Amino acid sequence: MSSKHNGVFKQIIVLLLALLGALLVGALFLILAKSDPIKAYGVMFSGPLGDKFGITETLVRTVPLLLVGLGIVISFRSGIINIGAEGQILAGAIGATAVGTSLSDVPAMILLPAVFVAGGACGAIWGGIAGWLKARLSVNEILSTVMLNQIALQLYLFLIRGPLIDPKEVSYGTGVPQTALIPEQIWLSRLVPGTRIHSGLIFALVLAVLVYIFLWKTSRGYRLRAVGAGSEAARYAGIKVEWYLVLAMAMAGGMAGLAGVVEVTGVHHRSLEGLSAGYGFSGIVAALFGRLHPLGTIPASILFGALLVGADMMQRAVNIPAAMIMVIQGLVVLFVVSSDYFLRNPDSIVKLKAKFLGQKWIGEVGSKWKDS
Amino acid sequence: MVEKIKQLEMSGITKRFPGVLSNNRVNIQLEAGEVLAILGENGAGKTTLMNILYGLYQPDAGEILLNGKQVRINSPSEAIELGIGMVHQHFMLVPTLTVCENVILGLSKRFFVDLKTAAKRIKEITDRYGLAINPDAFVWQLSVGEQQRVEIIKALYRGANLLILDEPTAVLTPQESNELILLLKNMAQQGNSIILISHKLNEVMALSDRVTVLRDGVVCANVKTQETTQEELAKLMVGREMAPCRREGKYSPGKIVLDLQQVHAKGDKGSEALAGVSLQIKENEILGIAGVSGNGQKELAEVIAGLRKLSSGNIFLNGQDSTNMSPAEIIEQGLGYIPEDRIHVGTIPSFSIWENLILKDHHRSPFAKYSLLQNRKIMSHSSSQVEKYGIKTPDLETPTARLSGGNIQRVVLAREITRNPVALIAAYPTRGLDIGATEYLHSKLLEARSNGVGILLISEDLEELTSICDNIAVLYEGKIMKVIPVEQADERTMGLLMAGIAQDSQFLN
Ligand SMILES: Nc1ncnc2c1ncn2[C@@H]1O[C@H](COP(=O)(O)OP(=O)(O)OP(=O)(O)O)[C@@H](O)[C@H]1O
Ligand SMILES: [Mg+2]
Repeated sequence: MSSKHNGVFKQIIVLLLALLGALLVGALFLILAKSDPIKAYGVMFSGPLGDKFGITETLVRTVPLLLVGLGIVISFRSGIINIGAEGQILAGAIGATAVGTSLSDVPAMILLPAVFVAGGACGAIWGGIAGWLKARLSVNEILSTVMLNQIALQLYLFLIRGPLIDPKEVSYGTGVPQTALIPEQIWLSRLVPGTRIHSGLIFALVLAVLVYIFLWKTSRGYRLRAVGAGSEAARYAGIKVEWYLVLAMAMAGGMAGLAGVVEVTGVHHRSLEGLSAGYGFSGIVAALFGRLHPLGTIPASILFGALLVGADMMQRAVNIPAAMIMVIQGLVVLFVVSSDYFLRNPDSIVKLKAKFLGQKWIGEVGSKWKDS
Repeated sequence: MVEKIKQLEMSGITKRFPGVLSNNRVNIQLEAGEVLAILGENGAGKTTLMNILYGLYQPDAGEILLNGKQVRINSPSEAIELGIGMVHQHFMLVPTLTVCENVILGLSKRFFVDLKTAAKRIKEITDRYGLAINPDAFVWQLSVGEQQRVEIIKALYRGANLLILDEPTAVLTPQESNELILLLKNMAQQGNSIILISHKLNEVMALSDRVTVLRDGVVCANVKTQETTQEELAKLMVGREMAPCRREGKYSPGKIVLDLQQVHAKGDKGSEALAGVSLQIKENEILGIAGVSGNGQKELAEVIAGLRKLSSGNIFLNGQDSTNMSPAEIIEQGLGYIPEDRIHVGTIPSFSIWENLILKDHHRSPFAKYSLLQNRKIMSHSSSQVEKYGIKTPDLETPTARLSGGNIQRVVLAREITRNPVALIAAYPTRGLDIGATEYLHSKLLEARSNGVGILLISEDLEELTSICDNIAVLYEGKIMKVIPVEQADERTMGLLMAGIAQDSQFLN
């Protein structure tokens, strides 16, 4: 047991070091962009944690990140690389909006669940397509999900500009591409009055626990993990690998779809342009940073939520390009993925020490080092 | 090339893994031209020690001296530079590349690889040592035995003069093994040093000059081969006298449990691998499949298990038609299967021991209830399995990837035998097992036989086949040459059949 805790502790240390490394390299880019990295990072870190606004805004972003991240955890654990969350979010959002606006007379008790189901299902179908393409036709899922993102985006834009556009926009002649508002009875309640933080956060946290239970405590979750960790052995054990690939992608898409639903019901109350806001990609980062564990993804999502808010504030305060945060995020991915190497090969740390400190590895058992 | 290795010494090597002391102050020495055999039970720490020498692991304590000079080996590439080559217990080949590409993988410093010259050099090596292999074949198309040969070629190609072989003959046919031993002897005579890990004592006696015996990570004996005997070595290893297992009781088969009728199937290479196999296995029977591997053994097992489609023919399992059914349905009908590739087919390496023990039953009572895994039941089942089958592990949460080769096989065995199958296919089940474990496995198979299980035992080890089988079928080029009662299976008859020569005209096509 103690060795297990030790492992978790080590993982946290390595992850924080990876984050630090990414920020250090990011500082170079900030200098290149002619801004003061100390000031920039100062804003970036103090902003989101500084006041009620910062904290709640961080949590607002945590929700879609966590939901997308949970889907990523499911798909990656099943051995399928899902880059399609952006499209799946949009599918979920538009599904939720369509149901919400067209059934506005239905009581909230029924309508709200219906909206969640509809959005989740739309995302699940969108993800499931990629899973099916892989299972049936061995289409690489990275390619198909990226392409499906494009298709989803164009479809979404078409819908919010055309068939689903807010009638008011047409009658006023403003033509802003957005749908009508969903009925107020299904807006998610605000957790803190005067802020945007909504009850979707609780929904996402509960879902994280459920995903954990699903993956590690149920036989179906076991199967998904088996397919991901050893598809040949899974097949040998009688698991229908293809079917579980589709299931994994459908679940991942469903999670991302739900992220779209909470963005609609909790934040925007309609579908509009830029709704997915890159959460589909940032969610991957959060999941990786959370070591592809549903519970690990919670703090990781909060962290990346804070980074996003911090970046916004940094942009305003220090006047640096918005793309900078993408650079830093990209760096974090690189560093986190690389740091995996050290966790998997404990000897590599020993070797690194030997190399850099010029020490020999003749020492006592344990981690004491002495020169020879 | 680098300085030739005249003398190697590893001293005081200690390596600890979470929960296990894998090597504890181990000392070994080796001179040029010498063959050192390292013996020990499964999990004794042999592979760990060799991985340290090859730069894959760093010892917690101890030093390595080459020609009297202390060296630090940080990686396999540094080991190769020093002239140390290793052929692993488990292959480290890239399946999607060709033999030739695998051999030169990581060698060329230039951007374009010169495959032609490489192919020529590979051919020189293969011709010189009689290692038949097609350099243009893809590795995934090769049998396990052929893949092993690629590994050996890889080390030779890199100019190793100290060659470490971790259970090289576990996957070779008896004849190939003999050839390899001759090759290794030849190499040693020319001044190369060899470290050999093997569970086959006759090979150790035939090849080695000295033997170091490990037990639980500690060197417990270091003897000259000439001054010892197989029996003594066995005793040193296991710590007790060994009595080989024999078939007992009369052969009284019951009803047919597995019936193959004119089975045809294609191999990975697209050619016909099974060309009309008909076989019956009855209750209380062990039917051996003898033959050089690559003659359809893999396909035969896979076809029965539902992992490969038949192109024609029929299979009946337990009286029901199971032709081209899914693996799940076939498992349901009562088939047990110990696959040849225990690491990637028989287990999921990153899964823990308990997860691997329930691989086929995770959705069934008592391990799952309302599709929730029943932890307590699973854990008590697993810990009793670990105890009963002598799986050496710090705990149940350990991923099987961290177990020694022999212990992984025990996990598979434990799972497949306790599932109480109607019919059991065992493909090379004792490969890599130590003599104690082999004896144990044989006794388990015999026990299953007396409980009514019909067993198909695929093996290349004639001694194994003749000691526990009731009947032996010889597979050659996808056909059954003949099925003979074990009493008539003398070495000569079998040898001829395995080479595809039928003595009389009555073959069972
Ligand atoms: N990477 C690892 N992490 C944790 N434990 C390990 C690791 N490698 C080996 N071990 C443990 O060290 C012990 C020795 O393993 P090793 O593979 O050296 O045995 P071996 O003598 O080669 O056995 P076999 O004959 O079965 O191949 C085993 O208990 C094994 O579980
Ligand atoms: Mg070993």
